[in-house]
Amino acid sequence: MKRAFLGDLEEVVLLTMTALQDSAYSASTTQTIDQQMASSINFPTVHNTLHRHQEQGFVSSRIGGATADRGGRQKRLFTVTTAGQRALIECRRADVRQVRAQLWDGLAIQQIPTQILQLWEV
Amino acid sequence: MGGLIDGKGRFQDPRPPRWATWLLSRFSPSGLEDELQGDLLEMYTYWVKTIGLRCARWRYALAVLRLIRPFSWSMTKQLREISHFFILQPAMIRNYLKIAWRNLIRNIGYSAINIGGLAIGMAVAVMIGLWVYDELTYNHYHKNHDQIAQVWQSSVKNGEIKTRFTVPRPLETALRNEYAINFKHIVMSSWTLDGVLSYGNRKVVKEGNYMQPDAPKMLSLDMLAGQKEGLRDLNSIMLAASTAKGLFGSENPIGRIIKFDNHYNLKVTGVYADIPFSNSFNTTTFIIPWEHMVANTPWIKEAANSWGNNSFRLYVQIADNTTMEQVTAKIKDIKLNVNRAEYAKNKPQFLLLPMNDWYLRSNFVNGLQTGGRIDTVWLFGSIGGFVLLLACINFMNLSTARSQKRAKEVGVRKSVGSVRSQLIGQFLSESFLVVALAFLIAMTLVLITMPAFNTLANKQIAFPWMNVFFWGTTLIFIVSTALLAGSYPALYLSSFLPVQVLKGTGPSLRFRVGCFAALPRQVLVVLQFTVSVSLIIGTIIVFRQVQHTKNRPVGYDRAGLVSIPLTEGEFDGKYEFIRNELMGSGAVVAMSATSNPTTDVAYGRGGFLWEGKPADFRASFAWIWVSPDYVKSLGMRIIAGRDFSPAFPSDSNAILLNKTAVDYMGLKDPVGTLLREDNKDNSGQPLRVIGVVDDMVMESPYDPVQPSVYEFNKGSARFYNLRLNPAQNARESIATVERIYKKNFPNLPFQYRFVDQEYAAKFSTEERIGKLAGFFASLAIFISCLGLFGLSSFMAEQRTKEIGIRKVLGASVANLWQLLSKDFVVLVIVACLFTIPIAYYFMNSWLQHYTYRVELSWWIFAVAIFGALFITLLTVSFQAIKAAMLDPVKSLRSE
Repeated sequence: MKRAFLGDLEEVVLLTMTALQDSAYSASTTQTIDQQMASSINFPTVHNTLHRHQEQGFVSSRIGGATADRGGRQKRLFTVTTAGQRALIECRRADVRQVRAQLWDGLAIQQIPTQILQLWEV
Repeated sequence: MGGLIDGKGRFQDPRPPRWATWLLSRFSPSGLEDELQGDLLEMYTYWVKTIGLRCARWRYALAVLRLIRPFSWSMTKQLREISHFFILQPAMIRNYLKIAWRNLIRNIGYSAINIGGLAIGMAVAVMIGLWVYDELTYNHYHKNHDQIAQVWQSSVKNGEIKTRFTVPRPLETALRNEYAINFKHIVMSSWTLDGVLSYGNRKVVKEGNYMQPDAPKMLSLDMLAGQKEGLRDLNSIMLAASTAKGLFGSENPIGRIIKFDNHYNLKVTGVYADIPFSNSFNTTTFIIPWEHMVANTPWIKEAANSWGNNSFRLYVQIADNTTMEQVTAKIKDIKLNVNRAEYAKNKPQFLLLPMNDWYLRSNFVNGLQTGGRIDTVWLFGSIGGFVLLLACINFMNLSTARSQKRAKEVGVRKSVGSVRSQLIGQFLSESFLVVALAFLIAMTLVLITMPAFNTLANKQIAFPWMNVFFWGTTLIFIVSTALLAGSYPALYLSSFLPVQVLKGTGPSLRFRVGCFAALPRQVLVVLQFTVSVSLIIGTIIVFRQVQHTKNRPVGYDRAGLVSIPLTEGEFDGKYEFIRNELMGSGAVVAMSATSNPTTDVAYGRGGFLWEGKPADFRASFAWIWVSPDYVKSLGMRIIAGRDFSPAFPSDSNAILLNKTAVDYMGLKDPVGTLLREDNKDNSGQPLRVIGVVDDMVMESPYDPVQPSVYEFNKGSARFYNLRLNPAQNARESIATVERIYKKNFPNLPFQYRFVDQEYAAKFSTEERIGKLAGFFASLAIFISCLGLFGLSSFMAEQRTKEIGIRKVLGASVANLWQLLSKDFVVLVIVACLFTIPIAYYFMNSWLQHYTYRVELSWWIFAVAIFGALFITLLTVSFQAIKAAMLDPVKSLRSE
């Protein structure tokens, strides 16, 4: 199977959904991320990311219950699939981290301007 | 927005912006409507809690805009397939635009004609649109313009109802005492008059009004300093910002004392922002309490209880809970009820003319409101629409004409799987691209020509960068123009059947591209030329009418005649002295004093008896008080009798009549007739007619001359008429006059006007209309010819082979030229046939407005038609001859 790489945003969204478990849908995910992150995030961004995840098979969805605070409308609840979990694990895997570490510490480092390096050291 | 917490402390849910919700429900991606609505509502509640109502609404709207269909770039795969046929697919749009751009670049000449024509049309339409908007929003600066009205008065005179904007003074008292409940503000006002304002040694002459204290509130003046209540004190004055700046510079004007008309000390109590140009009160650059004028002007004081002196202006703002019609119904008979017996014949009635109508609909004919300026607005509005229509027709014509070239492309695209909606999308986006480019050019044109246009139209229109309404209209305008111009080619071209197109021989194709396709094009060309030729005829007639009136004999000699307006008081008793001095200086050869300017009639009088007066005849005359030498200084012609003369002391009770007055009174032998005032005790000296002068045009040069009486001036004069020495340079003469004036009146600024300029100003409106119409008419014909040029070049191109063959077989260049031009000439002739009745009807009804008017003559039509034919031939011939000169070897070799 093709190895799945997740972007930062995709990783954050997928992780948040895993954390939310059964109550993961667009609005709740956005609000959770919004509260956790220093800067706010746009709803459409999360919405589109969610649907992209579904397209890639990382999450599956079902139509869930409606509540009064959403005007009686139904919500689409998402569950992280095995593929999604695997993708997350991929992210955590040592060799992915290692690639990053190598990039930072390896040969390429000489080309990075000193200011950034100083930041990195801190 | 109300509070978020209701009385019981529950959280109350405010609703998100309704338009955004509507957009979402209308355009959300299919399958996601329900959940998106729900999610966003939830998000909205969350946002309201975290970032506040305002930000939440913004967030909500932005989120909706990003989520709805055409803008949502990332979608799930399934959804992408669902909307496959939808032409507003972003990726496809990019593709369409790319292809459209390449097509434009490839046929650069054709594109230039197309975009250029459309740009000019749009520029004209935008220009006219701005002009119309400016006209229609005249007076909208005043916040309560919907509720403000001026009281007008209509009464029966000579069997006809005359409606005027002047009312008697007691009306104000009556409205205040008995009808107060209907009004929010009642403001008595003077006419706008010149005043000399001085502070220290600075001195300015400005126009302003005397008004009652509610005026600033009623007109919602924008106070820059001081209070809106500043007119309560009798000796106060409010200044417009420009006046204040002229007098005080950067000093604080509030509380300072200025001298008014070199006589009164007035305290500045307020400064208001200048009233913008497009408003009825824009010349009111200072306001003095009305009571100040009443206190210092005897005749106004005396008019307090006189229902007969109709010299005043009354403005009101009606109460919130009532309408103009209701108030009019209540107050219309006030005067009649005062003295039913006396007014039974005149039937005076009051009416409210809403502020919105002052500028646009203030014409009354026999008691009925008939329009006014609004007619011109409609005229130009429709010209703008027509010019735009012409430009759109060009676009449609050129696009359909080129259809054969694109037919193959359509065939190929269809056979490789394009569906019709995609082809429609292609052609529509081409038209959108052209319209967008044209719009950019048009905006640039508008920006560049704005100053010139303002001068021509006597306007102060600024480009409305910040006006949401303007951009909204513009957007609708772009979309509708693009749809209008693009729909025909889009629907027409996409309907081709691929097999027939590619074979190139199908019967259906030949039918549609060949003869049927040309018909709508021909209709459109005819329409174009009907419009253009009508505009040309209209322009010629407007110009001729103005010229005709300008050449009308005025009855006096305008050249070298100067009029000096006088402030009341200062000049009394000094006339003889100044006259001697001026005449002695050699700069002036004749001089007289009079009650009103040469170019206007200020007073009217009636109620006179004379021998042989018909019994039931209610005469009214224009009344002018003049000094001796009036006739001489103006260069009028004496028909019978003699002029006033110092040699006859009895002349102080003498009058001159004009020719119209003699006819009007039915006098056979006018000289010696006595005119008596028709009052009970027969008091007052009778006035003896000593002479008759030729008619003199004082008011509108378009109207017949009023019966006029020139009475020997006993009171104070308001104008001096000076006849400058023709042997001397006018500038030198004026300098001499100014020196003498300054010597005698050191405190008054010297003002003068050349009568010929004043007279010329009477034509400004008509001349402006004429110039604008001429300008637009030439643009219209230019656009039509541009279209013709494109069309004929295309026809010539299409028939290259035919021309080649004809040439080989022996046709001459002249034969070929005739062959190619004939079609267009026929179309233009047909258009002209349509034009004649239309133009005749409209111009005839326009001319009916003028009593003194030019006749419609056949040669105007002939000139316009031959002009149109000539221009057509010129345009078409260029292409036709080019095609005919082509070497047949080249055009035939390809096959």
